[in-house]
Amino acid sequence: MPTFFERRQLVTPGDLLAEGAYIPGENTYKEDKKIYASRLGLVEYEDKKVNVVALRAFYVPKVGDTVVGTIVEVGFNGWTVDISSPYLALLRASDVLSRPFRPQRNDLSEVLSIGDLVIAKIVAYDRAHDPQLTVGEPGLGKITRGQVVEITPSKIPRLIGRKGSMISIIKEETGCHIILGHNGIILVTGKSLENEQLAMMAIRKIEEESHTAGLTDRIAQMIQEEKTKQEGGKEK
Amino acid sequence: MSKKPEKLIDKKGLRLDGRKAGELRPIEIEVGVLPNADGSAYIHQGKNKILAAVYGPRELHPKHLALPDRTVLRCRYHMAPFSVQERKSPAPSRRDIELSKVIREALEPSVFLEYYPRTGIDIYVEVLEADGGTRCASITAASLSLADAGVPMQDLVVACAAGKVDDTIVLDLMDTEDKVGEADVPVALMPNLNAITLLQMDGILSLEEFEKAVNLALEGCRKIYPMQKEALKAKYVNVKEVEE
Repeated sequence: MPTFFERRQLVTPGDLLAEGAYIPGENTYKEDKKIYASRLGLVEYEDKKVNVVALRAFYVPKVGDTVVGTIVEVGFNGWTVDISSPYLALLRASDVLSRPFRPQRNDLSEVLSIGDLVIAKIVAYDRAHDPQLTVGEPGLGKITRGQVVEITPSKIPRLIGRKGSMISIIKEETGCHIILGHNGIILVTGKSLENEQLAMMAIRKIEEESHTAGLTDRIAQMIQEEKTKQEGGKEK
Repeated sequence: MSKKPEKLIDKKGLRLDGRKAGELRPIEIEVGVLPNADGSAYIHQGKNKILAAVYGPRELHPKHLALPDRTVLRCRYHMAPFSVQERKSPAPSRRDIELSKVIREALEPSVFLEYYPRTGIDIYVEVLEADGGTRCASITAASLSLADAGVPMQDLVVACAAGKVDDTIVLDLMDTEDKVGEADVPVALMPNLNAITLLQMDGILSLEEFEKAVNLALEGCRKIYPMQKEALKAKYVNVKEVEE
């Protein structure tokens, strides 16, 4: 039962990863007892399971995920939300408005209009239906302040780090409040513009270098350096 | 247009551009050249210059084309008006429409279409300069841009042509050889699965010659494949090198 690559090696679609009694994991497929990669990424052999951590992927909705989306259409009974996935999501009016509403009388664009950003949770999704969102939980709803960064959704786990080590460093060092949408859109809210920019810079750096080793330390170092630079700039 | 040359292969057995019969033109491939596309690739093969871009999977418009059980793959092959000697009308010609279909059908078996029902993937292939064998170079580039877009696929698709010129079977025909020569056999291949996804023939070949041409074209595909793979990896390896 041989494996053909080393751990964390870069593979392309179609590369033969393993042969024999292995189980195909993420971004892989099995044919004739052989496991191949189906996306560009890094291989991980985990006991009998073969995974590929994709370097390029798009967001596929999953029930329970928190996402950041943009309102693209206001309808009679709700909104259509772009969650940067192959499918548009639906947000029902009855979910946003706790009171009963009448489509004839209430104008939904007063509550959320086109271009507004929302944090929402996916409550229902399957192959046959578009994802449905809810904002009926604490922390969800319309975004009123902060900035957004978009990254490849498959890199969200890297941004969180082992037991949240990476994200907590950014949060602590910059003093920003960061909300990670599983769809790769990240909301950064901080006390000042400089802090927000610093956090965004760190996030972009993580996206670019997500597959390199010792990244957490380098990010911490980069934030420190930038901080001293900013302080130096203020004194002048 | 330039005059028709009398001999396509000289006494030393060299072709018009100095290549041997089984030799490829120099190939350069780059991935991720268009920031606005989900995936993109550029191929420079001999004098061919081709850009490929992929958008999606995304909501399909017009919606009535969407299928309930799989993604719809659409492809548009287009030649820029300045891509050939004589200005080509930018309107899609009969040939453009055929090539769009052929490229789409060569790529379809490689993509897991059933993963994202009710959506569409659009492939745009723009030929900036044409010098024979554009369909093959287009397939090679389009397959790379699909991988760059993060579309799950069984394998990359590589394509290469072989043909008959002055009674010799040669690899990777250029424009003049394609037009003056006797036959042209483009082949597309999924190298890891060893599956052919495109096989055409234009011209007259005996059964033996045909077999020889197909095998030569397959050999060409296997030579291009490592370059294609390297191009895809290069985008990420470069970042690594800067850091270390």
